[in-house]
Amino acid sequence: MSWGWRSVIGVPYIWLALFFLVPFVIVFKISFSEMAYAIPPYTDLVTWANEQFTLSLNLGNYAYLFTDDLYIRAYLSSIRIAAIATVICLLVAYPIAYVIARAEPATRNALLMLVILPSWTSFLIRIYAWVGILKNNGLINNFLMWLGIIDQPIAMLNTEFAVYVGIVYAYLPFMVLPLYTNLMKLDNSLLEAASDLGAAPWKVFMTVTLPLSKAGIIAGSMLVFIPAVGEFIIPDMLGGAETLMIGKVLWQEFFNNRDWPVASAVAIVMLLLLLLPITLFHRYQARELENEGAN
Amino acid sequence: MGKKVSSLGRTYLTLGFIFLYLPILILIIFSFNESKLVTVWGGFSTKWYGELLHDKQMLSAAWMSFKIAFLAASTAVVLGTMASIVMVRMGQFKGKAAFASMITAPLVMPEVITGLSLLLLFVAMAQTLGWPAGRGMLTIWIAHVTFCTAFVAVVVSSRLREMDASLEEAARDLGAPPWKVFFLVTLPIIAPALISGWLLAFTLSLDDLVIASFVSGPGSTTLPMVVYSSVRLGLSPKINALATIIVLLATTGVLTAWWLARRVETQSVELPTHHS
Repeated sequence: MSWGWRSVIGVPYIWLALFFLVPFVIVFKISFSEMAYAIPPYTDLVTWANEQFTLSLNLGNYAYLFTDDLYIRAYLSSIRIAAIATVICLLVAYPIAYVIARAEPATRNALLMLVILPSWTSFLIRIYAWVGILKNNGLINNFLMWLGIIDQPIAMLNTEFAVYVGIVYAYLPFMVLPLYTNLMKLDNSLLEAASDLGAAPWKVFMTVTLPLSKAGIIAGSMLVFIPAVGEFIIPDMLGGAETLMIGKVLWQEFFNNRDWPVASAVAIVMLLLLLLPITLFHRYQARELENEGAN
Repeated sequence: MGKKVSSLGRTYLTLGFIFLYLPILILIIFSFNESKLVTVWGGFSTKWYGELLHDKQMLSAAWMSFKIAFLAASTAVVLGTMASIVMVRMGQFKGKAAFASMITAPLVMPEVITGLSLLLLFVAMAQTLGWPAGRGMLTIWIAHVTFCTAFVAVVVSSRLREMDASLEEAARDLGAPPWKVFFLVTLPIIAPALISGWLLAFTLSLDDLVIASFVSGPGSTTLPMVVYSSVRLGLSPKINALATIIVLLATTGVLTAWWLARRVETQSVELPTHHS
Protein backbone atom coordinates (compact mmCIF):
# COMPACT_ATOMS: atom_id res chain seq x y z
CA MET A 1 0.00 0.00 0.00
CA SER A 2 1.38 3.40 -0.96
CA TRP A 3 2.13 6.23 1.44
CA GLY A 4 -0.84 8.17 0.11
CA TRP A 5 -3.38 5.41 0.75
CA ARG A 6 -1.97 4.84 4.21
CA SER A 7 -2.60 8.46 5.15
CA VAL A 8 -6.14 8.36 3.70
CA ILE A 9 -6.87 5.52 6.11
CA GLY A 10 -4.65 6.77 8.89
CA VAL A 11 -5.78 10.35 9.40
CA PRO A 12 -9.52 9.74 10.04
CA TYR A 13 -8.67 6.48 11.84
CA ILE A 14 -6.33 8.12 14.32
CA TRP A 15 -8.65 11.08 14.85
CA LEU A 16 -11.67 8.87 15.63
CA ALA A 17 -9.65 6.45 17.75
CA LEU A 18 -8.16 9.26 19.81
CA PHE A 19 -11.30 11.36 20.24
CA PHE A 20 -14.04 8.73 20.18
CA LEU A 21 -12.61 5.42 21.41
CA VAL A 22 -9.94 6.44 23.93
CA PRO A 23 -12.36 8.74 25.85
CA PHE A 24 -14.52 5.71 26.73
CA VAL A 25 -11.48 3.97 28.22
CA ILE A 26 -10.88 7.05 30.38
CA VAL A 27 -14.54 7.21 31.46
CA PHE A 28 -14.29 3.53 32.39
CA LYS A 29 -11.14 4.20 34.39
CA ILE A 30 -12.54 7.21 36.25
CA SER A 31 -15.73 5.30 37.11
CA PHE A 32 -13.50 3.27 39.47
CA SER A 33 -11.95 6.24 41.22
CA GLU A 34 -13.20 8.29 44.12
CA MET A 35 -14.44 11.83 44.20
CA ALA A 36 -11.88 14.20 45.67
CA TYR A 37 -11.76 17.89 46.38
CA ALA A 38 -8.94 18.51 43.97
CA ILE A 39 -8.28 19.48 40.38
CA PRO A 40 -9.27 17.26 38.61
CA PRO A 41 -11.88 16.15 41.19
CA TYR A 42 -11.07 12.43 41.37
CA THR A 43 -8.39 10.18 42.85
CA ASP A 44 -5.74 8.34 40.87
CA LEU A 45 -6.22 4.62 40.39
CA VAL A 46 -2.52 3.91 40.37
CA THR A 47 -0.33 5.50 42.98
CA TRP A 48 3.41 5.25 43.50
CA ALA A 49 4.25 5.24 47.16
CA ASN A 50 6.83 3.45 49.30
CA GLU A 51 8.51 2.19 46.14
CA GLN A 52 5.52 0.23 44.99
CA PHE A 53 2.56 0.74 42.73
CA THR A 54 -0.83 0.52 44.35
CA LEU A 55 -3.83 -0.06 42.18
CA SER A 56 -7.01 0.87 43.98
CA LEU A 57 -10.18 -0.06 42.16
CA ASN A 58 -13.14 1.47 43.84
CA LEU A 59 -16.40 -0.31 43.07
CA GLY A 60 -18.26 2.08 45.33
CA ASN A 61 -19.69 4.16 42.49
CA TYR A 62 -21.37 1.15 40.93
CA ALA A 63 -22.57 -0.11 44.32
CA TYR A 64 -24.00 3.35 44.91
CA LEU A 65 -25.94 3.23 41.62
CA PHE A 66 -27.63 0.04 42.78
CA THR A 67 -28.35 1.08 46.38
CA ASP A 68 -29.90 4.46 45.67
CA ASP A 69 -33.06 3.55 43.76
CA LEU A 70 -33.05 6.96 42.01
CA TYR A 71 -30.63 5.60 39.43
CA ILE A 72 -32.42 2.32 38.75
CA ARG A 73 -35.72 4.16 38.42
CA ALA A 74 -34.10 6.70 36.09
CA TYR A 75 -32.66 3.95 33.84
CA LEU A 76 -35.96 2.09 33.69
CA SER A 77 -38.08 5.14 33.03
CA SER A 78 -35.64 6.40 30.36
CA ILE A 79 -35.91 3.09 28.53
CA ARG A 80 -39.70 3.04 28.90
CA ILE A 81 -40.15 6.65 27.75
CA ALA A 82 -37.74 6.24 24.82
CA ALA A 83 -39.42 2.98 23.75
CA ILE A 84 -42.95 4.40 23.86
CA ALA A 85 -41.84 7.58 22.05
CA THR A 86 -40.11 5.46 19.38
CA VAL A 87 -43.27 3.44 18.74
CA ILE A 88 -45.38 6.62 18.46
CA CYS A 89 -42.76 8.11 16.16
CA LEU A 90 -42.83 5.01 13.96
CA LEU A 91 -46.63 5.07 13.74
CA VAL A 92 -46.60 8.75 12.77
CA ALA A 93 -43.65 8.48 10.38
CA TYR A 94 -44.52 5.32 8.47
CA PRO A 95 -47.55 6.71 6.62
CA ILE A 96 -45.61 9.92 5.87
CA ALA A 97 -42.69 7.97 4.40
CA TYR A 98 -45.09 5.67 2.53
CA VAL A 99 -47.06 8.50 0.93
CA ILE A 100 -43.89 10.37 -0.05
CA ALA A 101 -42.30 7.25 -1.55
CA ARG A 102 -45.41 6.68 -3.68
CA ALA A 103 -45.61 10.29 -4.94
CA GLU A 104 -44.37 11.46 -8.33
CA PRO A 105 -40.59 11.97 -8.49
CA ALA A 106 -40.80 15.78 -8.70
CA THR A 107 -43.15 16.16 -5.70
CA ARG A 108 -41.21 13.46 -3.84
CA ASN A 109 -38.07 15.60 -3.55
CA ALA A 110 -40.00 18.66 -2.45
CA LEU A 111 -41.98 16.73 0.17
CA LEU A 112 -38.85 15.08 1.58
CA MET A 113 -37.23 18.50 1.72
CA LEU A 114 -40.20 19.79 3.76
CA VAL A 115 -39.83 16.93 6.26
CA ILE A 116 -36.12 17.60 6.77
CA LEU A 117 -36.23 21.41 6.78
CA PRO A 118 -37.30 21.89 10.44
CA SER A 119 -34.33 19.84 11.67
CA TRP A 120 -32.01 22.42 10.10
CA THR A 121 -33.21 24.97 12.60
CA SER A 122 -32.12 24.85 16.22
CA PHE A 123 -33.16 21.78 18.23
CA LEU A 124 -33.19 23.82 21.44
CA ILE A 125 -35.50 26.43 19.93
CA ARG A 126 -37.90 23.83 18.52
CA ILE A 127 -38.24 22.32 21.99
CA TYR A 128 -38.61 25.82 23.48
CA ALA A 129 -41.53 26.39 21.08
CA TRP A 130 -43.48 23.63 22.84
CA VAL A 131 -43.10 25.28 26.25
CA GLY A 132 -45.29 28.16 25.08
CA ILE A 133 -47.79 25.76 23.53
CA LEU A 134 -48.13 23.31 26.42
CA LYS A 135 -47.87 25.39 29.59
CA ASN A 136 -50.82 26.10 31.86
CA ASN A 137 -51.48 29.55 30.40
CA GLY A 138 -50.11 28.42 27.05
CA LEU A 139 -51.76 28.34 23.65
CA ILE A 140 -53.60 25.00 23.88
CA ASN A 141 -55.05 25.73 27.33
CA ASN A 142 -55.97 29.31 26.41
CA PHE A 143 -57.66 28.09 23.26
CA LEU A 144 -59.63 25.32 25.00
CA MET A 145 -60.72 27.69 27.77
CA TRP A 146 -61.76 30.29 25.20
CA LEU A 147 -63.88 27.63 23.51
CA GLY A 148 -65.37 26.81 26.89
CA ILE A 149 -64.43 23.13 26.69
CA ILE A 150 -62.47 23.32 29.94
CA ASP A 151 -62.47 25.84 32.74
CA GLN A 152 -59.34 24.64 34.50
CA PRO A 153 -56.10 24.41 32.52
CA ILE A 154 -54.91 20.86 31.82
CA ALA A 155 -51.39 20.27 33.14
CA MET A 156 -49.35 19.28 30.11
CA LEU A 157 -45.99 20.94 30.57
CA ASN A 158 -43.73 19.23 33.11
CA THR A 159 -45.37 15.86 32.52
CA GLU A 160 -44.27 12.71 30.73
CA PHE A 161 -46.77 13.56 27.99
CA ALA A 162 -44.77 16.69 27.10
CA VAL A 163 -41.61 14.56 26.84
CA TYR A 164 -43.34 12.23 24.35
CA VAL A 165 -44.47 15.21 22.29
CA GLY A 166 -40.94 16.63 22.34
CA ILE A 167 -39.22 13.40 21.31
CA VAL A 168 -41.71 12.62 18.52
CA TYR A 169 -41.51 16.20 17.26
CA ALA A 170 -37.73 16.51 17.30
CA TYR A 171 -36.87 13.02 16.04
CA LEU A 172 -39.60 12.55 13.41
CA PRO A 173 -37.32 13.31 10.41
CA PHE A 174 -34.79 10.73 11.65
CA MET A 175 -37.55 8.11 11.48
CA VAL A 176 -38.98 9.23 8.14
CA LEU A 177 -35.65 9.26 6.26
CA PRO A 178 -34.55 5.60 6.64
CA LEU A 179 -38.14 4.42 6.12
CA TYR A 180 -38.38 6.47 2.94
CA THR A 181 -35.03 5.18 1.63
CA ASN A 182 -36.17 1.66 2.31
CA LEU A 183 -39.64 2.02 0.79
CA MET A 184 -38.11 3.60 -2.32
CA LYS A 185 -36.12 0.43 -2.97
CA LEU A 186 -39.24 -1.68 -2.75
CA ASP A 187 -39.89 -3.56 -5.97
CA ASN A 188 -43.30 -2.44 -7.18
CA SER A 189 -43.83 -5.60 -9.22
CA LEU A 190 -44.03 -7.60 -5.98
CA LEU A 191 -46.94 -5.47 -4.81
CA GLU A 192 -48.61 -5.81 -8.19
CA ALA A 193 -48.09 -9.56 -8.22
CA ALA A 194 -49.68 -9.85 -4.77
CA SER A 195 -52.72 -7.82 -5.71
CA ASP A 196 -53.02 -9.58 -9.10
CA LEU A 197 -53.18 -12.84 -7.19
CA GLY A 198 -56.17 -11.40 -5.35
CA ALA A 199 -54.72 -10.15 -2.08
CA ALA A 200 -56.63 -7.32 -0.45
CA PRO A 201 -54.68 -4.02 -0.09
CA TRP A 202 -54.20 -4.41 3.67
CA LYS A 203 -53.04 -7.98 3.13
CA VAL A 204 -50.52 -6.83 0.50
CA PHE A 205 -49.31 -4.30 3.03
CA MET A 206 -49.08 -6.77 5.93
CA THR A 207 -47.49 -9.63 3.98
CA VAL A 208 -45.30 -7.81 1.45
CA THR A 209 -44.64 -4.13 2.19
CA LEU A 210 -44.23 -4.34 5.96
CA PRO A 211 -41.83 -7.34 6.07
CA LEU A 212 -39.75 -5.85 3.24
CA SER A 213 -39.38 -2.53 5.08
CA LYS A 214 -37.99 -4.23 8.22
CA ALA A 215 -34.50 -2.79 7.66
CA GLY A 216 -35.89 0.74 7.49
CA ILE A 217 -38.01 0.20 10.59
CA ILE A 218 -35.01 -1.05 12.58
CA ALA A 219 -32.71 1.75 11.40
CA GLY A 220 -35.27 4.48 12.06
CA SER A 221 -36.24 3.08 15.46
CA MET A 222 -32.64 2.84 16.62
CA LEU A 223 -31.93 6.35 15.32
CA VAL A 224 -34.71 7.59 17.63
CA PHE A 225 -34.49 5.19 20.57
CA ILE A 226 -30.75 5.34 21.36
CA PRO A 227 -30.33 9.14 21.57
CA ALA A 228 -33.75 9.44 23.26
CA VAL A 229 -32.64 7.21 26.17
CA GLY A 230 -29.84 9.65 26.99
CA GLU A 231 -31.74 12.79 26.01
CA PHE A 232 -31.11 15.83 28.22
CA ILE A 233 -32.72 18.90 26.63
CA ILE A 234 -36.23 17.44 26.19
CA PRO A 235 -36.76 16.08 29.76
CA ASP A 236 -35.07 19.17 31.18
CA MET A 237 -37.25 21.69 29.35
CA LEU A 238 -40.53 19.80 29.01
CA GLY A 239 -40.43 17.03 31.62
CA GLY A 240 -40.14 19.02 34.82
CA ALA A 241 -38.94 17.61 38.13
CA GLU A 242 -41.36 14.66 37.99
CA THR A 243 -39.94 13.04 34.87
CA LEU A 244 -36.88 11.02 35.67
CA MET A 245 -34.46 10.42 32.82
CA ILE A 246 -30.87 9.21 33.04
CA GLY A 247 -29.39 11.87 30.72
CA LYS A 248 -30.63 14.54 33.10
CA VAL A 249 -29.34 12.59 36.12
CA LEU A 250 -25.88 12.38 34.54
CA TRP A 251 -25.93 16.11 33.77
CA GLN A 252 -26.87 16.97 37.36
CA GLU A 253 -24.32 14.54 38.79
CA PHE A 254 -21.65 16.29 36.74
CA PHE A 255 -22.65 19.96 36.79
CA ASN A 256 -24.52 20.28 40.10
CA ASN A 257 -22.91 17.66 42.37
CA ARG A 258 -19.56 17.83 40.57
CA ASP A 259 -19.17 14.11 41.19
CA TRP A 260 -17.21 13.04 38.12
CA PRO A 261 -16.67 9.39 39.16
CA VAL A 262 -20.40 8.76 39.74
CA ALA A 263 -21.24 10.57 36.47
CA SER A 264 -18.74 8.23 34.75
CA ALA A 265 -20.32 5.15 36.31
CA VAL A 266 -23.76 6.39 35.18
CA ALA A 267 -22.38 6.79 31.64
CA ILE A 268 -20.79 3.32 31.60
CA VAL A 269 -24.00 1.58 32.73
CA MET A 270 -25.99 3.57 30.15
CA LEU A 271 -23.52 2.51 27.47
CA LEU A 272 -23.84 -1.16 28.49
CA LEU A 273 -27.64 -0.92 28.29
CA LEU A 274 -27.38 0.65 24.84
CA LEU A 275 -24.79 -1.81 23.54
CA LEU A 276 -27.35 -4.13 21.98
CA PRO A 277 -29.34 -1.39 20.20
CA ILE A 278 -26.11 0.26 19.02
CA THR A 279 -24.86 -3.07 17.60
CA LEU A 280 -28.18 -3.56 15.84
CA PHE A 281 -27.97 -0.07 14.33
CA HIS A 282 -24.34 -0.59 13.37
CA ARG A 283 -25.10 -3.81 11.51
CA TYR A 284 -27.72 -2.03 9.43
CA GLN A 285 -25.64 1.09 8.87
CA ALA A 286 -22.43 -0.78 7.98
CA ARG A 287 -24.32 -2.57 5.22
CA GLU A 288 -25.45 0.83 3.96
CA LEU A 289 -21.92 2.26 4.15
CA GLU A 290 -20.14 -0.55 2.36
CA ASN A 291 -19.86 -1.22 -1.27
CA GLU A 292 -23.02 -3.26 -1.57
CA GLY A 293 -24.92 -0.75 -3.71
CA ALA A 294 -22.39 -0.81 -6.52
CA ASN A 295 -22.79 -4.52 -7.19
CA MET B 1 -44.03 3.88 -7.67
CA GLY B 2 -44.98 7.31 -8.89
CA LYS B 3 -48.75 7.56 -8.69
CA LYS B 4 -50.79 10.58 -7.77
CA VAL B 5 -50.96 11.04 -4.02
CA SER B 6 -54.37 9.81 -2.88
CA SER B 7 -56.64 12.19 -1.00
CA LEU B 8 -56.23 10.19 2.20
CA GLY B 9 -52.47 10.40 1.78
CA ARG B 10 -52.67 14.10 1.09
CA THR B 11 -54.73 14.71 4.24
CA TYR B 12 -52.26 12.72 6.32
CA LEU B 13 -49.27 14.59 4.90
CA THR B 14 -50.98 17.93 5.51
CA LEU B 15 -51.59 17.01 9.16
CA GLY B 16 -47.96 15.89 9.43
CA PHE B 17 -46.69 19.18 8.06
CA ILE B 18 -49.01 21.17 10.35
CA PHE B 19 -47.51 19.28 13.30
CA LEU B 20 -43.97 20.03 12.06
CA TYR B 21 -44.45 23.67 11.13
CA LEU B 22 -47.13 25.12 13.41
CA PRO B 23 -44.86 25.40 16.50
CA ILE B 24 -42.23 27.20 14.42
CA LEU B 25 -44.86 29.50 12.91
CA ILE B 26 -46.18 30.37 16.38
CA LEU B 27 -42.63 31.22 17.53
CA ILE B 28 -42.25 33.56 14.58
CA ILE B 29 -45.63 35.25 15.12
CA PHE B 30 -44.94 35.93 18.78
CA SER B 31 -41.52 37.41 18.01
CA PHE B 32 -43.48 40.44 16.72
CA ASN B 33 -45.51 40.68 19.91
CA GLU B 34 -45.46 43.98 21.76
CA SER B 35 -46.19 42.29 25.10
CA LYS B 36 -43.53 40.55 27.12
CA LEU B 37 -45.96 37.68 27.68
CA VAL B 38 -45.04 35.21 25.00
CA THR B 39 -48.47 33.60 24.75
CA VAL B 40 -50.77 36.65 24.84
CA TRP B 41 -50.95 38.95 21.85
CA GLY B 42 -50.39 42.63 22.70
CA GLY B 43 -49.96 44.31 19.32
CA PHE B 44 -47.35 44.35 16.57
CA SER B 45 -43.81 45.41 17.40
CA THR B 46 -40.25 44.79 16.25
CA LYS B 47 -38.69 45.97 19.50
CA TRP B 48 -37.40 42.49 20.46
CA TYR B 49 -35.25 42.45 17.33
CA GLY B 50 -33.79 45.77 18.40
CA GLU B 51 -33.06 44.41 21.87
CA LEU B 52 -31.50 41.30 20.36
CA LEU B 53 -29.12 43.40 18.27
CA HIS B 54 -28.00 45.28 21.37
CA ASP B 55 -27.43 42.16 23.46
CA LYS B 56 -23.62 42.05 23.50
CA GLN B 57 -23.45 38.66 25.22
CA MET B 58 -25.75 37.10 22.64
CA LEU B 59 -23.85 38.63 19.72
CA SER B 60 -20.43 37.56 20.92
CA ALA B 61 -21.73 34.04 21.62
CA ALA B 62 -23.22 33.93 18.12
CA TRP B 63 -19.89 34.97 16.62
CA MET B 64 -18.08 32.32 18.69
CA SER B 65 -20.53 29.63 17.55
CA PHE B 66 -20.19 30.74 13.96
CA LYS B 67 -16.39 30.53 14.01
CA ILE B 68 -16.41 27.09 15.64
CA ALA B 69 -19.08 25.79 13.25
CA PHE B 70 -17.16 27.04 10.21
CA LEU B 71 -13.89 25.45 11.30
CA ALA B 72 -15.52 22.23 12.52
CA ALA B 73 -17.56 21.76 9.33
CA SER B 74 -14.54 22.37 7.10
CA THR B 75 -12.38 19.89 8.99
CA ALA B 76 -15.18 17.34 9.21
CA VAL B 77 -15.71 17.46 5.43
CA VAL B 78 -12.05 16.57 4.84
CA LEU B 79 -11.99 13.78 7.44
CA GLY B 80 -15.46 12.51 6.52
CA THR B 81 -14.61 12.33 2.82
CA MET B 82 -11.40 10.43 3.60
CA ALA B 83 -13.39 8.07 5.81
CA SER B 84 -15.98 7.44 3.08
CA ILE B 85 -13.29 6.65 0.52
CA VAL B 86 -11.86 4.15 2.98
CA MET B 87 -15.30 2.60 3.53
CA VAL B 88 -16.54 2.52 -0.05
CA ARG B 89 -13.52 2.30 -2.34
CA MET B 90 -11.04 0.27 -0.34
CA GLY B 91 -11.37 -3.45 0.06
CA GLN B 92 -10.95 -5.29 3.32
CA PHE B 93 -8.11 -4.35 5.59
CA LYS B 94 -7.20 -5.15 9.14
CA GLY B 95 -9.29 -3.04 11.48
CA LYS B 96 -11.96 -2.10 8.95
CA ALA B 97 -14.76 -3.35 11.20
CA ALA B 98 -13.50 -1.19 14.07
CA PHE B 99 -13.25 1.75 11.69
CA ALA B 100 -16.83 1.23 10.50
CA SER B 101 -18.14 1.17 14.06
CA MET B 102 -16.31 4.39 14.90
CA ILE B 103 -18.17 6.03 12.03
CA THR B 104 -21.65 4.72 12.83
CA ALA B 105 -21.61 4.86 16.65
CA PRO B 106 -21.27 8.68 16.96
CA LEU B 107 -24.49 9.03 14.92
CA VAL B 108 -26.60 7.66 17.76
CA MET B 109 -24.40 8.09 20.85
CA PRO B 110 -26.30 10.08 23.52
CA GLU B 111 -24.76 13.53 23.74
CA VAL B 112 -24.24 13.42 27.50
CA ILE B 113 -21.96 10.39 27.08
CA THR B 114 -19.95 11.94 24.23
CA GLY B 115 -19.64 15.23 26.14
CA LEU B 116 -18.54 13.67 29.41
CA SER B 117 -16.07 11.28 27.76
CA LEU B 118 -14.42 14.03 25.70
CA LEU B 119 -14.12 16.29 28.72
CA LEU B 120 -12.45 13.52 30.73
CA LEU B 121 -10.07 12.91 27.81
CA PHE B 122 -9.11 16.60 27.64
CA VAL B 123 -8.55 16.71 31.41
CA ALA B 124 -6.43 13.55 31.31
CA MET B 125 -4.42 14.87 28.35
CA ALA B 126 -3.84 18.22 30.04
CA GLN B 127 -2.63 16.36 33.14
CA THR B 128 -0.19 14.03 31.37
CA LEU B 129 0.80 15.92 28.20
CA GLY B 130 0.11 19.49 29.22
CA TRP B 131 -2.07 19.90 26.12
CA PRO B 132 -4.71 21.25 25.61
CA ALA B 133 -3.75 23.79 28.26
CA GLY B 134 -7.27 25.11 28.83
CA ARG B 135 -10.73 24.37 27.58
CA GLY B 136 -12.36 26.64 25.06
CA MET B 137 -12.66 27.08 21.33
CA LEU B 138 -10.03 24.43 20.58
CA THR B 139 -11.68 21.70 22.65
CA ILE B 140 -15.17 22.50 21.31
CA TRP B 141 -13.75 22.39 17.78
CA ILE B 142 -12.21 18.94 18.37
CA ALA B 143 -15.47 17.63 19.89
CA HIS B 144 -17.56 18.95 17.03
CA VAL B 145 -15.23 17.65 14.33
CA THR B 146 -15.46 14.20 15.90
CA PHE B 147 -19.21 13.80 15.74
CA CYS B 148 -19.66 15.83 12.52
CA THR B 149 -17.17 13.57 10.68
CA ALA B 150 -19.56 10.65 11.15
CA PHE B 151 -22.48 12.56 9.63
CA VAL B 152 -20.39 13.80 6.69
CA ALA B 153 -19.16 10.24 6.08
CA VAL B 154 -22.74 8.96 5.81
CA VAL B 155 -23.76 11.67 3.32
CA VAL B 156 -20.61 11.42 1.19
CA SER B 157 -20.37 7.63 1.14
CA SER B 158 -23.92 7.25 -0.13
CA ARG B 159 -23.06 9.56 -3.04
CA LEU B 160 -19.76 7.74 -3.62
CA ARG B 161 -21.60 4.43 -3.78
CA GLU B 162 -24.08 5.73 -6.34
CA MET B 163 -21.48 7.24 -8.66
CA ASP B 164 -20.28 5.33 -11.66
CA ALA B 165 -16.96 3.75 -10.65
CA SER B 166 -16.07 3.11 -14.29
CA LEU B 167 -15.19 6.80 -14.73
CA GLU B 168 -12.45 6.43 -12.11
CA GLU B 169 -11.34 3.17 -13.70
CA ALA B 170 -11.07 4.82 -17.11
CA ALA B 171 -8.92 7.61 -15.70
CA ARG B 172 -6.70 5.07 -13.94
CA ASP B 173 -6.37 2.99 -17.09
CA LEU B 174 -5.27 6.11 -18.95
CA GLY B 175 -2.42 6.37 -16.45
CA ALA B 176 -3.63 9.04 -14.01
CA PRO B 177 -2.14 8.70 -10.51
CA PRO B 178 -4.66 8.09 -7.68
CA TRP B 179 -4.57 11.67 -6.34
CA LYS B 180 -5.24 12.99 -9.85
CA VAL B 181 -8.14 10.57 -10.33
CA PHE B 182 -9.59 11.81 -7.06
CA PHE B 183 -9.24 15.54 -7.67
CA LEU B 184 -10.17 15.56 -11.37
CA VAL B 185 -12.79 12.80 -11.59
CA THR B 186 -14.21 11.82 -8.19
CA LEU B 187 -14.28 15.20 -6.44
CA PRO B 188 -16.31 17.10 -9.06
CA ILE B 189 -18.89 14.29 -9.11
CA ILE B 190 -19.31 14.03 -5.33
CA ALA B 191 -19.13 17.83 -4.84
CA PRO B 192 -22.89 18.23 -4.14
CA ALA B 193 -22.58 15.67 -1.34
CA LEU B 194 -19.62 17.58 0.09
CA ILE B 195 -21.72 20.75 0.12
CA SER B 196 -24.64 19.04 1.87
CA GLY B 197 -22.20 17.34 4.26
CA TRP B 198 -20.59 20.68 5.08
CA LEU B 199 -23.95 22.35 5.67
CA LEU B 200 -25.12 19.47 7.85
CA ALA B 201 -21.93 19.61 9.91
CA PHE B 202 -22.16 23.40 10.18
CA THR B 203 -25.75 23.22 11.46
CA LEU B 204 -25.00 20.39 13.90
CA SER B 205 -22.08 22.32 15.35
CA LEU B 206 -24.02 25.59 15.55
CA ASP B 207 -26.86 23.79 17.30
CA ASP B 208 -24.98 21.77 19.90
CA LEU B 209 -25.67 22.59 23.55
CA VAL B 210 -24.87 19.43 25.50
CA ILE B 211 -21.40 18.50 24.22
CA ALA B 212 -20.22 22.13 24.16
CA SER B 213 -21.39 22.62 27.76
CA PHE B 214 -19.13 19.77 28.87
CA VAL B 215 -15.99 20.70 26.94
CA SER B 216 -16.14 24.52 27.02
CA GLY B 217 -14.28 26.68 29.45
CA PRO B 218 -14.66 30.18 30.81
CA GLY B 219 -14.75 32.72 27.99
CA SER B 220 -15.98 30.31 25.36
CA THR B 221 -19.75 30.54 25.64
CA THR B 222 -21.57 29.45 22.51
CA LEU B 223 -24.96 30.66 21.30
CA PRO B 224 -26.96 27.59 22.43
CA MET B 225 -25.45 27.97 25.91
CA VAL B 226 -26.68 31.59 26.13
CA VAL B 227 -30.09 30.61 24.74
CA TYR B 228 -30.36 27.76 27.24
CA SER B 229 -29.54 29.88 30.26
CA SER B 230 -31.99 32.56 29.16
CA VAL B 231 -34.74 30.01 28.46
CA ARG B 232 -34.22 28.50 31.93
CA LEU B 233 -35.33 31.82 33.40
CA GLY B 234 -38.61 31.66 31.50
CA LEU B 235 -39.98 32.42 28.08
CA SER B 236 -38.57 35.52 26.43
CA PRO B 237 -39.73 37.23 23.21
CA LYS B 238 -36.08 37.97 22.49
CA ILE B 239 -35.51 34.23 22.03
CA ASN B 240 -38.48 34.20 19.64
CA ALA B 241 -36.80 36.95 17.62
CA LEU B 242 -33.58 34.93 17.57
CA ALA B 243 -35.54 31.83 16.52
CA THR B 244 -37.09 33.76 13.63
CA ILE B 245 -33.67 34.85 12.40
CA ILE B 246 -32.31 31.29 12.68
CA VAL B 247 -35.31 29.84 10.81
CA LEU B 248 -34.92 32.46 8.08
CA LEU B 249 -31.18 31.83 7.67
CA ALA B 250 -31.54 28.04 7.76
CA THR B 251 -34.37 28.05 5.22
CA THR B 252 -32.49 30.30 2.79
CA GLY B 253 -29.30 28.28 3.25
CA VAL B 254 -30.94 24.90 2.75
CA LEU B 255 -33.04 25.98 -0.22
CA THR B 256 -30.01 27.56 -1.93
CA ALA B 257 -27.91 24.48 -1.34
CA TRP B 258 -30.71 22.24 -2.56
CA TRP B 259 -31.13 24.30 -5.72
CA LEU B 260 -27.36 24.35 -6.36
CA ALA B 261 -27.04 20.61 -5.79
CA ARG B 262 -29.88 19.91 -8.19
CA ARG B 263 -28.28 22.14 -10.83
CA VAL B 264 -24.93 20.41 -10.47
CA GLU B 265 -26.65 17.03 -10.60
CA THR B 266 -28.57 17.76 -13.80
CA GLN B 267 -25.36 19.09 -15.36
CA SER B 268 -23.39 15.99 -14.51
CA VAL B 269 -26.14 13.85 -15.97
CA GLU B 270 -26.11 15.90 -19.17
CA LEU B 271 -22.33 15.88 -19.49
CA PRO B 272 -21.83 12.49 -21.21
CA THR B 273 -24.42 13.28 -23.89
CA HIS B 274 -22.39 16.28 -25.04
CA HIS B 275 -19.55 14.02 -25.97
CA SER B 276 -21.50 11.27 -27.65
